[in-house]
Amino acid sequence: MTTANQNAAAKYKNNFLKEVEANVEDGHMVKMCMQCGVCAGSCPLGPHWEHSPQKIFMMIRAGKREEVLQSDSMWMCTSCYNCIVRCPRKLPITHIMHGLANYAHRLGLAPQGQPTRDIAKLFWNNIIKTGRVNELTFSLAMYFKDGFGQGIKNAMAMQGVGLGLMKAKRLNPLEILGGHSCKDKSGIHKMIAKAREIEDRRKGLA
Amino acid sequence: MNAPATPKHAAYICSGCGLGDQLDIAGLEKVAKTEGKMAVIKSHPFLCNAEGVQMIKDDIANDGVTHVCIAACSRRAKAEAFSFPSVAISRANLREGVIWVVAEGSDHDEVRQEMAEDYVRMGCAEVKKMIAPAGNVKETSSKKILVVGGGMSGMTAALAAADAGYEVVLVEKTGALGGFANNLHKRVPFNGPYAEAQPTGVAEMAAKVSGNGKIKVYLNSTVAETAGAPGRFAVKIAAESGSVSEELCGAIVQATGFTTYPLDQLPELGGGQANVVDQAGLEAMAKAADGGAIKRADGKEVKSVVFVQCAGQRGTGGNGSGQHLEYCSGHCCATSIKQAMYFKDQNPDIDTVVMYQDLRVPGMGEDFYRSAQQKGVIFTKAKVNAVKGGDSCQVEFKDLILNEDTGTDADLVVLATGQVPTSGVNLDDWTATVTAAESGDAAAVEKKSALQKISVLNLNYRQGPDMPQFKYGFADSHFICFPYETRRTGIYAAGPTRRPMDMFQATEDATGAALKAIQAVENVEKGRAAHPRAWDLSFPKARLEGCTQCKRCTVECPFGAIDEDEKRFPKFNEERCRRCGTCMGACPVRVISFENYSCDTVGMQIKSVNVPDEFEEKPRILILACENDAYPALDMAAVQRMTYSAFVRAIPVRCLGSVNTIWITDALNAGYDGVMMMGCKKGDDYQCHFVKGSEMAYYRMSKIDDTLKQLGLEPERVQTQEVAITDSARVVKMINDYVAQLTEMGPSPMKGFG
Repeated sequence: MTTANQNAAAKYKNNFLKEVEANVEDGHMVKMCMQCGVCAGSCPLGPHWEHSPQKIFMMIRAGKREEVLQSDSMWMCTSCYNCIVRCPRKLPITHIMHGLANYAHRLGLAPQGQPTRDIAKLFWNNIIKTGRVNELTFSLAMYFKDGFGQGIKNAMAMQGVGLGLMKAKRLNPLEILGGHSCKDKSGIHKMIAKAREIEDRRKGLA
Repeated sequence: MNAPATPKHAAYICSGCGLGDQLDIAGLEKVAKTEGKMAVIKSHPFLCNAEGVQMIKDDIANDGVTHVCIAACSRRAKAEAFSFPSVAISRANLREGVIWVVAEGSDHDEVRQEMAEDYVRMGCAEVKKMIAPAGNVKETSSKKILVVGGGMSGMTAALAAADAGYEVVLVEKTGALGGFANNLHKRVPFNGPYAEAQPTGVAEMAAKVSGNGKIKVYLNSTVAETAGAPGRFAVKIAAESGSVSEELCGAIVQATGFTTYPLDQLPELGGGQANVVDQAGLEAMAKAADGGAIKRADGKEVKSVVFVQCAGQRGTGGNGSGQHLEYCSGHCCATSIKQAMYFKDQNPDIDTVVMYQDLRVPGMGEDFYRSAQQKGVIFTKAKVNAVKGGDSCQVEFKDLILNEDTGTDADLVVLATGQVPTSGVNLDDWTATVTAAESGDAAAVEKKSALQKISVLNLNYRQGPDMPQFKYGFADSHFICFPYETRRTGIYAAGPTRRPMDMFQATEDATGAALKAIQAVENVEKGRAAHPRAWDLSFPKARLEGCTQCKRCTVECPFGAIDEDEKRFPKFNEERCRRCGTCMGACPVRVISFENYSCDTVGMQIKSVNVPDEFEEKPRILILACENDAYPALDMAAVQRMTYSAFVRAIPVRCLGSVNTIWITDALNAGYDGVMMMGCKKGDDYQCHFVKGSEMAYYRMSKIDDTLKQLGLEPERVQTQEVAITDSARVVKMINDYVAQLTEMGPSPMKGFG
């Protein structure tokens, strides 16, 4: 991915805004921000991130490539859509934030060990295996992501919930064996591989 | 109409609207007869209906009634019904003034009736001193409109007046029409979709003006002298060649535009250095390029450009020093957006950054701003600290969103500098210079002739050669209340000489000013005031045999209406007068009066009130209320049925400026316990309809404290208050608090000596 990063940086030289417009979902709307700050004021998680959407957009225009792509801000978005609803310039802020997160991830610049990013990765890896989310393996992967000892502790803490779910027939312990998959698993795999191929070609990430 | 040989006074008392239920109408009739000495007294259950009005009309036509006192509602109500132009009319305000504001119930019957009787006494006393005004119709009055300045504003005003059927004389200093707009490549769009800059259209407009048969254009000419008044301005127009033409004009539109703030005053922003230009400089470059690549003075194509907004404006001075222009020029944000588009339209790869602190694009400018963003213009909220010119200009700025000091370089830097009005001579400066010159100061004599050279109108008014300037040198009057009016009747400022504005606003402004000019010439022809008392036929008359030549009237007139004649007596120019009465209030010997408003009409009202003695515990408080704001506020309080003390007696005045101190003396001598004056807000953000009237009143009243002390009276017995038209609740509290304060102080020691 570092090659992709170097390629992208070289291609757009000083114009990070153009790079965003070309490679980030709804990136062409970044230039329409009028810096009113309503998004920053509306975000329920505002105080917990490094940069508000307003600042992210300003940084993009100011060409602060590394700072933007390495920011944890896009990963902290909970998709509440407050900012989109309120933006007077109708910027799809949530979509842009997710687009930026994806682009940073693909370039290998996204922050390491960022918890919401880790969950996103586990979720993705889980769902593409069978085309369905396996809740049991996903939960276990979550418990054990910080090591075996911590995983046992997490599982013990949650055992009451797990047993309750089993009694209510909401959790099948046999799912641990791989679980059921969607009808055309290999079709899903092919589809995703193709989509990735198209995207990589378009964005020069291959 | 002058006073007929035999005046006949009549009082008409209405018993409708609950007046008959709450008041003893027969008692009021008796007061009108025995004390008011009215020859005819009639009451009617519904005076303002057709029958009641017909009764009055019949009396006027058949019974020789010349003076009518109508005791009914406020003078602000039923004005159309009670309009009898041939007779003098006073209005005793029994409805809004009495029954709606005195507390209900039989406990208050006595004070309510006393209040009503006093208002009847006052109405009768007033009308006896009035004469129905005949107006001031002049045999010859010109309706021609003089427009000074041939830019966008001037041309628009000229065309608007010509289209309305009026002859126009247009004087332009340079050799061509068009003014500043001639220098522009394109203009900010006037109409939808507000996405692209538009051709200026100035050449087409100039052709329209030149080809209009009603507009006479003087190029290369200036106004050498303006004498006279609305309807009869004698204007000398001096051409560059030396020839002088004379025109008789009815009204003047001054559309002399602006100059750009000098670039060399902004060295901290690179002013005067290579490749740092102002917006006018960029227009010249864009015009030269004419759609092609914009090139710098050294011939290099511009590949990156930074626009610095508010350069030397809004007291920012580029370095926060508060120097340079204090104000925002309003147009520069949209202008920079337009200019950034010049670059982007030619080549989208050119880096164009607009550095702003607050982007102000009023009206549909927001769409224009959005369009520039679509084109890829970058807007950076930043405070520019320093610019260095050169082959690669350096811009140091603080990014206000990211809160960091940083910098960038650019091929070209454009400074958005402000507009400086071309409004002629500052009259304060002029007065000081003239005074010094008269005392023989040689430098002042020289300065006076230098000032005369920069004068726009060269008015031969006693008060100076140009219009009074408002804040920052703009020839404005009051941008909210009186947008097109100036402080010189019949002369209207339009465009950036009035306040900073863009081209579209200037054209709208010019249309408004042209309509105001038309209003002025039409009113002059009918012998009426121009505005705000546009219906008013009365005008000030002076008994010069009593005049002491103290010149207060000439100095204090807010509109420069009064000159001096050869013998140094005041010379009234009625057409310049707005009928505020500030001269009447100023006159220490009381020789100035209007036919229907004078020291006597108000003085007799004050004296006619029945003032109880000190043992009755009924104080009397006189309220002199400005009829523009304070009196309507009192009426509104009445309409909302707020109650205030029945011990006050309110008299409307045209303006607090018309209050003569004799009225205060009369009231205190008559044993009133206090006098409260209510006028409009004074100061820089004044709301006085006559600009300086309320200020003059405050000034005069500040001087009477000593007089009060000599009389053994507390200074609190005379109060001056600012009241806005919306202050109905406040005004009630103000009155009640004042009555409580006076009750605490005890009765006036002057009671019983009157």
